[in-house]
Amino acid sequence: MRTRRIIYTLVFLAVSIPLLLRWTARVQPSPPVEMAYQAIEALQPGDLVLVGVDFGPSTMPEMNPMYEAILEHLFRKGAKVAILSLQSALDLPNGVQVLEKVARRHNKVYGEDYANLGYKPGLEAVIVSIGQEIRDVFPEDALGNPLDSLPMFQNVHNYDDIALIIDLASGGTYGSWIQFAQARYGAKLITGVTAVMGPETYPYIQSKQLVGMLAGLKGAAEYETLIQRPGLGSRGMPAQAMVHILIILMILYGNWRFWERWQR
Amino acid sequence: MATVIGIWLAALLTLAIFSFLYGDNPFYKAAEHLYVGVSAAFWLLYIWSFTVAPNLLVGIQKQGLLGKDLLLIPLVLGILMLFRIVPKYAWYSRYPMAFAVGLGAGLALTGTTQGLLFPQIQATILHPFHSINNFLLILGVITSLLYFYFSREREGVMGWVARIGIYFIMIAFGATFGYTVMARVSLLIGRVGFLLSDWLHLM
Repeated sequence: MRTRRIIYTLVFLAVSIPLLLRWTARVQPSPPVEMAYQAIEALQPGDLVLVGVDFGPSTMPEMNPMYEAILEHLFRKGAKVAILSLQSALDLPNGVQVLEKVARRHNKVYGEDYANLGYKPGLEAVIVSIGQEIRDVFPEDALGNPLDSLPMFQNVHNYDDIALIIDLASGGTYGSWIQFAQARYGAKLITGVTAVMGPETYPYIQSKQLVGMLAGLKGAAEYETLIQRPGLGSRGMPAQAMVHILIILMILYGNWRFWERWQR
Repeated sequence: MATVIGIWLAALLTLAIFSFLYGDNPFYKAAEHLYVGVSAAFWLLYIWSFTVAPNLLVGIQKQGLLGKDLLLIPLVLGILMLFRIVPKYAWYSRYPMAFAVGLGAGLALTGTTQGLLFPQIQATILHPFHSINNFLLILGVITSLLYFYFSREREGVMGWVARIGIYFIMIAFGATFGYTVMARVSLLIGRVGFLLSDWLHLM
């Protein structure tokens, strides 16, 4: 028990010292993040992008930095951003807060440049319905405004009119977007996932079903490097690196002690 | 003022949960029970407010039971589902369950085949000697699949193939574990960041 408490203390110090001293670390963007960046970079002003906010408070430290970095890039490119959630309505209050913060920074107007479509249960059924007519499932936005009254949705009916879909997911929603929006309707899709989900997402990059992918805080830090705006992701990287070094040292120490005992 | 109270409450509850690392204690227990209780109540209201009310009740008000969306069907299926509470009539709930299972299976079958199986097989049809990555990918897929072929004893060539397969699987597990560690550390960074920044204003 005593050893365990020493380890907890070391981990706490490894996280808090870099945060307190505001250390920074250089991050090299990985190919999937670079691909996501290029896909957004290729957008034209006025293109509509659907952003799925499918992560809740439990994964906010990982997901919020990438969400903010992506929104920053989208608004810089002059894209129209519509957020929605197909996982849980609880995901949206945070999603709206971050969206409005970034929109304010770029002087964007609700309804013209960005909108909140709200939450809709039924995941796969909703994704398939958007392929036919978005108004069938979202006749109004989250504030009750008819979709036709929002200038950014004029002439937008289905995936043919949506330039890009970005699903930021802490669960399986991104899989449904791949299976139905991408495979059935050929929609272009980027996903941002928690680090735990990172390895299971890589095959979709290989199969070109995703045009880009960000995984965890590291993915966010890489994206922040690409848009040259260090944020929460970049600030967390030194602490992350410190804990990784600590874990590696502890594994080596544990193995060395084990080997020493085995020798005796 | 509400923000300050919220931050203090969040900080104290975070510390109460972290206190479990020292040992089980009343603060941890209180925070845990509070979490479970609030979650249960919250989900009940949540399902009513975000699913039943906007999609069924508002719809019935606007278009009636036999309007465009035929809301009579989900209403009846929903009521039948509640029959599970009464053991004598619980079998009525099999109708909505059958509907849900059928819908789910239909969507999963087409979705998985069209969106997962075919594209992934297609992505594995590569020239094996075009690059080292192609070679490793093909080798990894074939040997990992053969590792799960249990109808033949693992002897000779089959034994070697399965052995190579298990190496690939172990590498995948290692990558997953590494990413999991990274994810958990990220969450800790978020919480410690909150305590140092929003609560203590040290950052």
